[in-house]
Amino acid sequence: MVKQKEAWSNGWQMNQEEAANRMELRIMPLSENESFARVAVAAFMTQLDPTLEEVEDVKTAVSEAVTNSIIHGYENKGGDKPVIIEAYLTHRRIHIKIEDRGVGIDDIGRAMEPLFTTKPELERSGMGFAFMEAFMDELHVESKQGRGTVVYMSKQIGGQ
Amino acid sequence: MEKMFMVKDGWLTITMPEEMDHHKAEEIREGADDYLLTGKVLHVIFDFSNTKFMDSSGIGVIAGRYKKVSCYGGKVVAAHANSRIRKIIMLSGLTDLIEIVD
Repeated sequence: MVKQKEAWSNGWQMNQEEAANRMELRIMPLSENESFARVAVAAFMTQLDPTLEEVEDVKTAVSEAVTNSIIHGYENKGGDKPVIIEAYLTHRRIHIKIEDRGVGIDDIGRAMEPLFTTKPELERSGMGFAFMEAFMDELHVESKQGRGTVVYMSKQIGGQ
Repeated sequence: MEKMFMVKDGWLTITMPEEMDHHKAEEIREGADDYLLTGKVLHVIFDFSNTKFMDSSGIGVIAGRYKKVSCYGGKVVAAHANSRIRKIIMLSGLTDLIEIVD
């Protein structure tokens, strides 16, 4: 899941060219913006006529990824560097990319294990990636220490 | 506005917010622990009547309170959770530790 780096970035780029619609949102890494980010993506995806459950699934996944960027990527310190939320719609699918320029993830495999957290003192449940995986069809994470983290996710909408 | 915390007969009832995310987690955690420290609280009820959204931050809040009260034989209950919140709780595995009631 963490391999084939080129293929993933290229795939994102290629599919984007066929997208029916696109959005991009830049937010300061503040917890106040978590609900703004997930509600914005939820509103954007209504064009695909999703079920309520599909909307909730995407909201949860976006919330987890954005919260990770704020807490872990930027270590809860705020600052001027953004969290960038991009999404596009192709036929019956939403593709989402959530990016930060924070500290990066040391060991992605470990970070994605359920219940693993580097911040137990903040009572992080360690379920963030597990929820993204459970609620989306595809999840791919790229990270470089000191450079930041990019989460790619997609989900088929309708026709299940 | 409804009070977020209420104590009665050793039970602390926490009225969970409409959106239970990381932004709200700290306020609830700190408020709840103030009550737990008084020694008058043994059990905790999380009341989800008003809650429409919850992510893993909410799971962290519930699990954290469970750790504290379970040392003294206390119970944790999730009440009035809609199907979405129940799903999140079930996926987290917390159902083995806490009670879910209507």
